Amino acid sequence: MPLPFEKPIEDLEARVREMRTYAEEQQVDLGEEIALLEQRLERLKRETFEHLTRWQRVQVARAPGRPTALDHVAALVEDFVELHGDRTLGDDPALVGGLGRVDGHGVVVLAQQKGRDTKENIQRNFGMAHPSGYRKAMRLMELADRFGLAVVALIDTPGAYPGVAAEEQGQAWVIAESIRRMSRLRVPAVAVVIGEGGSGGALAIGVANRVLILEHAVYSVISPESCAAIRWRDAAEAPRAAEALKLTAGDLLEQGVVDAIVSEPVGGAHKDPAGAVAATADAVRAALADLRALPPDELVRSRAARFRQMGRVLEPSA
Amino acid sequence: MALERWFRRQRPTRRDDDPSPAGLWVKCPACHAQLYRKDLVANLYVCGECGHHERMPVAARIDMLADAGTFVPWSGQVRPVDALGFVDVEPYAERLAAVQEKAERPDAIVSGAAALDGQPVALAVMDFMFLGGSMGSVVGEEIARAAERAVEEERALVVVAASGGARMQEGALSLMQMAKTTVAIEQLAQRRLPYVSVLTDPTTGGVTASFATLGDVILAEPGALICFAGPRVIQQTIKQDLPAGFQRAEFLLRKGMVDDVVPRAELKARLATVIALLRSGSGG
Repeated sequence: MPLPFEKPIEDLEARVREMRTYAEEQQVDLGEEIALLEQRLERLKRETFEHLTRWQRVQVARAPGRPTALDHVAALVEDFVELHGDRTLGDDPALVGGLGRVDGHGVVVLAQQKGRDTKENIQRNFGMAHPSGYRKAMRLMELADRFGLAVVALIDTPGAYPGVAAEEQGQAWVIAESIRRMSRLRVPAVAVVIGEGGSGGALAIGVANRVLILEHAVYSVISPESCAAIRWRDAAEAPRAAEALKLTAGDLLEQGVVDAIVSEPVGGAHKDPAGAVAATADAVRAALADLRALPPDELVRSRAARFRQMGRVLEPSA
Repeated sequence: MALERWFRRQRPTRRDDDPSPAGLWVKCPACHAQLYRKDLVANLYVCGECGHHERMPVAARIDMLADAGTFVPWSGQVRPVDALGFVDVEPYAERLAAVQEKAERPDAIVSGAAALDGQPVALAVMDFMFLGGSMGSVVGEEIARAAERAVEEERALVVVAASGGARMQEGALSLMQMAKTTVAIEQLAQRRLPYVSVLTDPTTGGVTASFATLGDVILAEPGALICFAGPRVIQQTIKQDLPAGFQRAEFLLRKGMVDDVVPRAELKARLATVIALLRSGSGG
């Protein structure tokens, strides 16, 4: 199903397809016409995606068919071995962890996994982790430190799960602890917001030396729907809330929350998943290569400094 | 963060720190007893009939915890900015200006140096009456500075939390305060200086999920709502009623999430004991 603003693009794509079929069946040469239409299509895609509203970007970030964390892992990580369980409560499929290699160097992978379809979404709890998921993440951060493995975190979650068991098991406590544990890592850490960076549940694995974001991904303190429900008392005002929250890749780069934006294929990652995961993998490899040169003390110091200076305040005039 | 409205609905107009209280008598929201306001204030805003702990104004909290005449404020210098140009039904900048005038402080926190039973502490108290005690860049900055100055001056840190969570009007920058406060608090741990967190009603969202639950020791006030996601949000998720006492201090004590629930009248003494004990080791 196309996103609402993708309708003209889909229509044009359908026409190109029809013309191709027609040309083939009727054995006529429509090469010029098709090329012209394809040019128009490219232009339309480019223009549409250059001028997306913030709310439309939220929709792209959540689009079905957008590469999930495990799709990125497949493109980025060699010899990936999933490691299960937090050794206390269970295993949380919403936050996948494991070992692997990037450019021949060992890494620990932390990946917030949404489903590729309804069935997997239910199994993965729509990418919303319970305390168990964050405990597993912390266990693997411990492994990363012990064995000198860089940490690659792929962020894609509406948020930490707001449920009874999650509260009883200390959802707030594990998020705080995970933030602290990650800030102490003596190995390089790279985080990539690949889709939805939902609040504290995202930040729990986002305290990295480099924080990257995909072009149409978003990262926010609250979902536009919840923000609208509170501030406008109407969840239908989500598009306005998205505008107000300034949650797009460009906004976040401007705020200093992310360090770099990974360009997506024209039309969005869901239109060309292979292209999107390849571009992301290149960016992560480059970031890891930069960080590998830094000694552990410097990694801890510069990561802490990165987060210490976050925010905008007005200092008293001297 | 999602809770601000919920709390507003619970207690729409009452302001304990109003300098000109409307009446001499107030009604306890828990047992409905009529209380003489002066008695309530003298009793640290605890109902003399049922022991219900009301939310306490910041000034009264500092008076209660700091030894007389020892509190020297550090906060109040840095001021919030509307970095996003956030507008909902009302511009954030205007809302902020109105609250600042009423509260006579720039943001939802007061911090400073104090002696607590003679022990040097850095004390930070959050103000729930100021935009729901929400944490934007200034609250994060004041917590971080209080922690850093505590390290410089070898003080223990005591933070009294009361907050609806991260301040959504400052967007992702407010989210980042969770990491900022955490890395600042971390310096205390490295210097083996105690950090005691006091969770009061309510402590929720991004504040609970950062510095407030990172105390070496975590104390909570009786009946305080302490959570990540608020009851209303959870109810919407599970579509059924929540168990009685869910997310209250006593419930969290049973679940192992806080070290103790301490009545307000005993809080100062408990803090003093805990800090003294933590500092009695070879590390201090």
